[in-house]
Amino acid sequence: MNKDLICIECPRSCVLKVCIESCRVVKVEGEKCPKGKDYAVSEVENPRRIFTSTVSSRGLVLKMIPVRTDKPIPKDRVLEAAGEIRKIKLDRPVKVGEVITANLLGLGVNVIATRDCV
Amino acid sequence: MIERDLVIVGAGPAGMAAAISAYDSGVRDILLLERDQYLGGILNQCIHTGFGLSYFKKNLTGPEYAHRFIEKVQAIDNIEVRLKSFAVKLTKEKELTFIKPGELKEIKAKALIMATGARERTREMIHIPGDRPSGIFSAGLAQKLINIEGLLPGEEVVIVGSGDIGLIMARRFILEGAKVKAVIEIQKQSRGLARNVVQCLEDFKIPFYLSHKVARIYGKKRVEKVDVVKVDEDLKAIQGSDFSLECDTILIGFEGYPGFGFFLRVRYYLDFRGANFRERAFGICRHKGREYLNPRIICLRQCL
Repeated sequence: MNKDLICIECPRSCVLKVCIESCRVVKVEGEKCPKGKDYAVSEVENPRRIFTSTVSSRGLVLKMIPVRTDKPIPKDRVLEAAGEIRKIKLDRPVKVGEVITANLLGLGVNVIATRDCV
Repeated sequence: MIERDLVIVGAGPAGMAAAISAYDSGVRDILLLERDQYLGGILNQCIHTGFGLSYFKKNLTGPEYAHRFIEKVQAIDNIEVRLKSFAVKLTKEKELTFIKPGELKEIKAKALIMATGARERTREMIHIPGDRPSGIFSAGLAQKLINIEGLLPGEEVVIVGSGDIGLIMARRFILEGAKVKAVIEIQKQSRGLARNVVQCLEDFKIPFYLSHKVARIYGKKRVEKVDVVKVDEDLKAIQGSDFSLECDTILIGFEGYPGFGFFLRVRYYLDFRGANFRERAFGICRHKGREYLNPRIICLRQCL
């Protein structure tokens, strides 16, 4: 089976011609850099996304602290992750990169702060 | 009046980069003005990834990208940062007036860089007829309300225009538990990047109507619904193709335009030889090759 995918790794948005056999990628064409092939394989076999959101704070300078997952999470768990993140109330100062929630939803990824907040 | 070698208005990505580059080129007296209480500008509300791919060879979020520049700016003693400082007047002698809480300051710049970013288009600018209820936001304003203020502008959203911030906000509303009924784009293709159509709309199965426009907005106090209609090659409405979408919120998601309203007061000083209509209208002095038409006033045009 052949499928066209748009690579989301960078703004060039390459159109990838992907050849799939029994749910496995066997050939990729159209990528302008090595990330294209990796994206195609991941998108077909195990689609993942970096998840970004904000958490609300209590008693800190910023009302909202931006966060991300330190690794991509399965695409079909993103909405669940968003719901989980909304429950968080942060009440301690954080630095960029500091872990806010470890092992989100048991996925083996951490939620980290993307901005300093005192 | 104190004279400074270089004054930069705006400490977003463009202003911070300009300050660092000026220092690297040998300028030793740099004043960086920022109206907000933080450095970073628009990056602080752009919490999504996609920043720094070429400059840092990393996929960073807006705040992370800003953080790296903020650290560089703060490490250079010759860059004086003034926060909560808002430029209000500029004369042709490059005397700049700015206000900060409790103070009005005047300063003379030997050279000046305007890095004041973009302004968003409003509903009025894209001419959507109908009622004038509350619930109509530009995409970047909605982004600020959610990501900085922690306020959700509405529950059922229609997005008009497929600029990148519009697409990114479609996803953001979904992640905050709201419904996005549709993105409506009058052109045949997306204005925003294809990667954003994929990861912001298709990932969440948000309907994307190309060659469609919002024909009318309804709502007494708050937005209640919009009429949507398909358009032909000449962007004229096709009769009988219209349908309605109920919603309580409309986002205007078009590209921005350069924003320095007060700057227009010194327009007479700018040299517009060779400038096109848009540049004249917005008061942009552009450079030819590396030579600026208006030496020592440089305008950066970093749009949203």
